[in-house]
Amino acid sequence: MKQNPAARSFYYVIAFAFASISLYPIVLMIFSSFKTNAEIFKNPLSFPTSFSLETYQKLLDQIPFFTFFWNSVFVSVISVIFILLFGSLASFYIARYTFWWNNLLFFFFLLGMMIPIKLGIVPLFMLMKDLGLINSLWSLVFIYTATGIPLSVLILTGFFRTMPKELEEAARIDGATDIRIFWHVLLPIMRPALGTVMIINFIQSWNDFFFPLIFITEEVKKTIPVGMLSLFGEYSADWGALFAGLTLSSLPMIVLFFIASKQFMEGLTAGAVK
Amino acid sequence: MELESKVNIQTKSKQKKDWKKWVIHLFPIPALAIYILFIIYPLFAAFSYSLYDWQGIKRGAFIGIENFISLFTTEPFNSMFWNAFQNNIWYFLLEMVVQNGIAFMLAYVIYKKIRFAEFFKVAYFLPRLLSVIIVGFLWKLILNPNFGALNVFLNKIGLESWAKPWLGDPDTALISIILVNSWFGLGFAVLIFLAGLQGIPGDLIEAARLDGATGPKLIRKIILPLMVPSITIMTVLTFIHAFEAFELVYAMEGSMGEPYYSTDTLAVYFYRLAFGGSGGADSVAIGLGSALAVVLFFIIASISALFLLVLRKREVEM
Repeated sequence: MKQNPAARSFYYVIAFAFASISLYPIVLMIFSSFKTNAEIFKNPLSFPTSFSLETYQKLLDQIPFFTFFWNSVFVSVISVIFILLFGSLASFYIARYTFWWNNLLFFFFLLGMMIPIKLGIVPLFMLMKDLGLINSLWSLVFIYTATGIPLSVLILTGFFRTMPKELEEAARIDGATDIRIFWHVLLPIMRPALGTVMIINFIQSWNDFFFPLIFITEEVKKTIPVGMLSLFGEYSADWGALFAGLTLSSLPMIVLFFIASKQFMEGLTAGAVK
Repeated sequence: MELESKVNIQTKSKQKKDWKKWVIHLFPIPALAIYILFIIYPLFAAFSYSLYDWQGIKRGAFIGIENFISLFTTEPFNSMFWNAFQNNIWYFLLEMVVQNGIAFMLAYVIYKKIRFAEFFKVAYFLPRLLSVIIVGFLWKLILNPNFGALNVFLNKIGLESWAKPWLGDPDTALISIILVNSWFGLGFAVLIFLAGLQGIPGDLIEAARLDGATGPKLIRKIILPLMVPSITIMTVLTFIHAFEAFELVYAMEGSMGEPYYSTDTLAVYFYRLAFGGSGGADSVAIGLGSALAVVLFFIIASISALFLLVLRKREVEM
C-alpha cells in the first residue's frame, strides 16, 4: 500500500499535535508541583529551575494525604476482591449449569449495566444511614461491588462458556465437588478475564468521586478524590501544594498504567465493545 | 428391623448427596444479594420517593404525580430544568463533534500504520486514567484568568485579546468544560474507533480501491458504513455520559453551575434538589429531586434505546 509522502507527514503532524495536547497538561502538573508559588505565577509554562520537595512537605502538613491514600487502597482492593469472588461464583453458576432460570438470572444481572445508579442516590443514602454505614468505608466497598458485578458477570460468563466441558467432566469423574471444580480447575485458567475485570473495577473505585462525596464527611475516612476537594476548598491560594496534591493523587494510577498499558486499554474498552 | 435400618442408611446417604447438590445454588447468592440491595432496590425506591410529599428527609403523604407537575410548572424549577436540559444537549452535541470527531480522525491516522502507534495510543489514553475530579481541578488551575497556563501562553505568543476568564464568563464556561471533558475522553473514543476500523476486512478495502475508490470516497462509502457498530457504541455512551454529567461541572463550577447557572446540568440540578445547594442556598427537596431523577432516567433509557434502534438498522452485514 503506497501512500503519498505529503499525506503521511500530515498524519504525523496531527498525531503529534494531539499527543502533546493530551500529555502537556499532565507534564505541566508534575513540573508545577516542584515549583514555589512565586515561580508558578511568574513562569507557569517553563521547566522548574530547581527541584524542591517543599511543596510536598507543605501538602502533607496541610492534609492527611496518607490516610486518604490508605482509605483509597482499602476500598479499591476489598471491592475488587469482592467483585472477582462474587462475580466469578455467579458466572460459574450461570455458564456451567442449565437450570431453566439461568438465562433470566443472566439478563437480570445485565440490566444493571443500563441503570444509571447515581439517580438512586437518595434512597441509597437513606439505606446506608439505616445500615449505619455513613462515614464508613464499607459503604463505598458495597456500592462499588454492586456497580461492578453486572459487567464482571457479563465478561466472566462469556469466558466460562468458552472453556471445554471435558475439563469439568474429568474432574467430576474423579469425584471433585462443585466447589473444587470452580476453585481448582476453572478459576486458574480464567486469569486473563479476571485481569480485565480487576483493572476495570480498580480504576473505577480508585477514581470515583461521587459516592464518597455523599457517604463520607469525616476527614479521616475520605478517599483521595474527596480529599482533594477539601484541599482545594481550604488551601486554594497555595498553588504549589495544589499541584503537589494533584500529582500525588494521580501518580499511582499513571505508574500502574505504564507497567501494563496494554492490559489497561484492552480492559477499559472491553466493557464497551462487548 | 434389618430392613428398616437399611432404608435408614440409604436415605441418609441420599440426604448427604442432596445437600451436596444444593451447595451449587449458593454460588450466585452473594452477588445477587449485594446487587439487589444496592442497585435494584434504590432504583425502585427512587421511583416511589417521587410520588410522596417530603419535609426535609421525612416522608409525608402520597401525592401522586404532584412533584412532577411542580417540577414542570412552577418557577424556578421549571426554567432551571429547561436551562439544564439545554446544557445537556450542548454537552452531547459538542462531545460528538469535538471528542468523537477528533477521535475518529486520530483512529484513522493510527490505522494508516504510522510509526509509534503504541506511543500515540498511550498518550491519548493517559488522561482517562485520572479521576474526573483531578481533571477538573487541574484544568481549573490551567484556565485561571490571571495565573493560569493557558492565558499566560496566549499572552506570550501575542494573542492577548484571546485571553479570557474562561470559567467565569457565561459565554465560554460551558464550552470550556465540554472541551476539558473531550480531553479526558478522547483516548477511549480513539480505541473504540480503532477497534472498529481494524475489524474491517482488509480485502474489502483493497477491492474498493481497485474499483477506484480513494480518500474521502473510500471513507464515506466503505469505511463509515462498516463502522456503524462502533459509531453506535460511541453515540450511546456519549449520550449517557452527557446526561449524567456531574463531576466535572461540580469540580470546576460548583453545585450551582456557575456563572449564573450557565454550566448547570440536569445531574447537578438533581444534586442540588436532593442534597441542598452549596452554602444552603437551596433547601433540600427530595420529592422534586426524585421526580427529576425519574425524568432523567427515562430520558437516558428512551433516547439510548432509540439510538440503538436507528443505528442498528444502518449496520451493514459483513
